[in-house]
Amino acid sequence: MERVYMDNASATPMRSEVREAMLPYHDHYFANPSTVHDMGTAAREAVEEARGKVGGLIGAAPERIVFTSSGAEANNMAIKGAALANKKKGNRVIVSGIEHHSVLNAARFLERLDFEVAFLPVDDYGLVDPAALERLISSDTILVSIMHANNEIGTMQPITELARICREHGILFHTDAVASVGAVPVDVLELGVDMLSFSGTGMEAPKGTGGLYFGKNVRLMPLIHGGIQERGMRAGTENVPGIVGLGKAAELAALEIETESRRLQQMRDGLASGISEGISRVTHTGHPSLRLPGHVSFCFEAVEGEALLFMLAQKGIYANTGSACASKALKISPVLAALSLPHEVAQGSVVFTLNRNNTQEEVNYVLEHLPPAVHSLRSFSPLWSEDAT
Amino acid sequence: MKFVENMSADEVLDLVCRMCPMHLLEPGDKLRCMKKGQVLEVQTDYDQALEDIPNWCRQRGQEFIGVEEDEDCYKLYIKKKTNNQEPKEGSAETPGG
Repeated sequence: MERVYMDNASATPMRSEVREAMLPYHDHYFANPSTVHDMGTAAREAVEEARGKVGGLIGAAPERIVFTSSGAEANNMAIKGAALANKKKGNRVIVSGIEHHSVLNAARFLERLDFEVAFLPVDDYGLVDPAALERLISSDTILVSIMHANNEIGTMQPITELARICREHGILFHTDAVASVGAVPVDVLELGVDMLSFSGTGMEAPKGTGGLYFGKNVRLMPLIHGGIQERGMRAGTENVPGIVGLGKAAELAALEIETESRRLQQMRDGLASGISEGISRVTHTGHPSLRLPGHVSFCFEAVEGEALLFMLAQKGIYANTGSACASKALKISPVLAALSLPHEVAQGSVVFTLNRNNTQEEVNYVLEHLPPAVHSLRSFSPLWSEDAT
Repeated sequence: MKFVENMSADEVLDLVCRMCPMHLLEPGDKLRCMKKGQVLEVQTDYDQALEDIPNWCRQRGQEFIGVEEDEDCYKLYIKKKTNNQEPKEGSAETPGG
């Protein structure tokens, strides 16, 4: 098999329909959407049409969506923007310990501005305990941010319950749904969230696209000041082709999400059980069932995750260790550390993320080539002994 | 400046933290979706809006009802009088601070 790409949480190929939809806005309709002539009007109308399609995917009114350059920017906008705009009400922010760096570091930045940040622990599956959240809430808490689904371990949080608790305390609730929007049905009103971040990167849309849903009751301090774009919420000439592409990807995802998520779930469970049965001393990370449909994550004892990735790449299989940032810094991922996994287990993390393009034949190919790769690496690992329990 | 208290509004437009000239662009869009006689509450922390919004209402044929000073913002009340929001002939455009 030429190439089996199972790193869709990191990036996805752009769909041909998305590329087609974008092309006219690179050449014919290139004008600035803020201009008053008819060329600008065409670009502006395309942006608003895309806003409607993205809103349709997540059950939001179009005017409650602001486009950003990424999920990371949307997370920054939610965390810093809501905290700064509401600081007269309090200075305490709560985030879970397994958030993406764009949430964790935005929260740590707030600490430098004299906000207090509390980190909510997770259990061994990566799940937040709603009762623990309630205990952490104090009278000066203004914002809680807990991700919908984790990109490294796939676990999906009980967002509806967590959002309800915050609503009862009059606290804003944000969820980072970058990993879940486009992968599972998401409805902001059903979830009851005040803010929700999403990105085009995992939706077969162009990179450099994303956005934030913010409810009617949410006051945000803009982070990028300048012109009147995005109703004064985010200055800078709009990335019209990118936004059009994001809109097209959202439109297609909305049509396919129910059937695709069921198909991916079957392949996910087959891959996970094949790994558990075919390779000894592995840890299936994240929750076994409350997880993203295309997400399979394991730690292989006495194996370096990066080394295993290189071995798999030689067979044309592309996966990930879970956290590129932590990997490059030679640290174990904070997410795996939060699960209380021993270092020697956590360092053997490999994550397979499947999407619409993956097939059962590809899953079979991975199950054929993964066990010998793990065995080969273990054969010269000083940490490995066959008789260990 | 006319001050009011305990006004009720049909729609609220929160422009706190937004910069000029959003206080002159957003009310028009919001009023366009409202019925004649309905009241819009514009929340802003921009001081110049106290001058700009009454002027804007005068130029656009809308009725400026008054302002209430809240804990962290001003609340300016506008009653929708007309669907035609083009500036009246001869009136200078509000500079917008």
